[in-house]
Amino acid sequence: MLTNYAYIAFYLVACILLAVVALGVPIILRLLKISPSKPNKVKTDTYECGMETTGRSWVQFNFRYYVYALMLIALDVLVVFLYPWAAQIKELGASGFVAVLVFIFIVVIGYFYAWRKRMLEWR
Amino acid sequence: MTMPLIGSDALSYAEALPPDWPGSFWAHIFFWVILLILFITVIVLLFTWLERRWLGRLQIRPGPNRAGPFGLLQPIADVFKLLLKEDIVPDKADKWVHWLAPVVALAPALLVFAVIPFQDGALLADLNIGILFILAVSSMVVIGVFMAGWGSSNKYSLLGAMRTIAQEISYEIPLVLSIVGVIIISGTLSLNEMVKAQQDVAFIFVQPLGFIIYITAALAEVARTPFDLIEADSELVAGFHTEYSGMKFALFFLVEYAETLAVAAIATTLFLGGWQGPFLPPWMWFIIKLFAVFMFIIWVRGTLPRLRIDQVMGFAWKFLLPLALINVVITGVEVLAWPDAPLLALGIINLVVAAVLVLLMSKLFKLGGGRVPV
Repeated sequence: MLTNYAYIAFYLVACILLAVVALGVPIILRLLKISPSKPNKVKTDTYECGMETTGRSWVQFNFRYYVYALMLIALDVLVVFLYPWAAQIKELGASGFVAVLVFIFIVVIGYFYAWRKRMLEWR
Repeated sequence: MTMPLIGSDALSYAEALPPDWPGSFWAHIFFWVILLILFITVIVLLFTWLERRWLGRLQIRPGPNRAGPFGLLQPIADVFKLLLKEDIVPDKADKWVHWLAPVVALAPALLVFAVIPFQDGALLADLNIGILFILAVSSMVVIGVFMAGWGSSNKYSLLGAMRTIAQEISYEIPLVLSIVGVIIISGTLSLNEMVKAQQDVAFIFVQPLGFIIYITAALAEVARTPFDLIEADSELVAGFHTEYSGMKFALFFLVEYAETLAVAAIATTLFLGGWQGPFLPPWMWFIIKLFAVFMFIIWVRGTLPRLRIDQVMGFAWKFLLPLALINVVITGVEVLAWPDAPLLALGIINLVVAAVLVLLMSKLFKLGGGRVPV
């Protein structure tokens, strides 16, 4: 079983190498003067539809994204526990099913609370 | 089974390999890594060609038809063009993050294919938690996307990246829940075993609701139309890759298509019977089904207009999520109450349930009383 993870580790290394090589080739082409490199101030300016750039974009950002992230954590934990149960459902039987129903019920209460508080709406 | 991870005894590895694969540890890695990377590259090139041709047909125009027969050499020409383009990095950008972002996005997108079976036992690593591995790895692409959006120091990039995250984490949950139904019926997390469980009936007939939820959520995950508002050209220029050019842009393009290919491959494996099929060799069936799913995705793109952001988010949280949860509970009840039911009987029940639920939910589903103040 562990051998499989070794395969995946080597494959991951190969994927990263592929990406690095793909990014390295243009650098070599630039050094060989095959692809152009003539930066100037206007070209390397931040693109803003032709207007002059104002300020930076590294700013504090809208709060509503944060609520979605919180919801994701709550529900993703639910799902993580559902997977092993689903794979073993016949062995765990009715008692396991009831336990999972109670678990889902608890999370769903939170879900409806968020719904009532209008947190699921994009405003 | 316990064995040393890396050693000199090649025979002990041969015992641990998938059934029909002769050879040692290194031969297996060498063969499969090269095969997978070639497979993904070639299929992605074919996909870009197919998408433009097929979209052209849908819009009653020829599509690219100059380079080579039927325009087949068009993707190759595009690759060379992108390779020779000037690489522009904005002055204000965080150079390292800007450079690393395509690498971080590409690696997990390719890693998904490590556990997809092309034929019985023919895969890089037959993990017993295959589907969990796929879900864990595929959601890491977002990190690369966010690095791109943040590192570019561009307002459009940042907005696009933020929207990507909001949309992907919202659709993650219905996507993951829709797969639980398949796991309940097949009773395993290994993809190869799941395909074997579909010997008689493909799971699309047993889990119709699960398939609908999966394909909808997956379209949103990979940001295809009608959910492509994270790179909506009319509002965000190009989304997170506004400031990317040349080969870095090409890598993001590759990521996008590799993700779509992954979606097609997972849909094929989980719902369409994977490599199972009569007459033709199994791997050929797998590729045929892959292309069928991809053509369906392009068809959706050619048919539906782009949605609004509040519609997209509301659809995930208020429509797909309850539906997916109900589907899980119903499937669980069926399997427990009628343990040795024929799959087709379950399928008929599920089809009726799916039709009723979808009709009911679409009557109930409203956004702000049907009218949203803009």
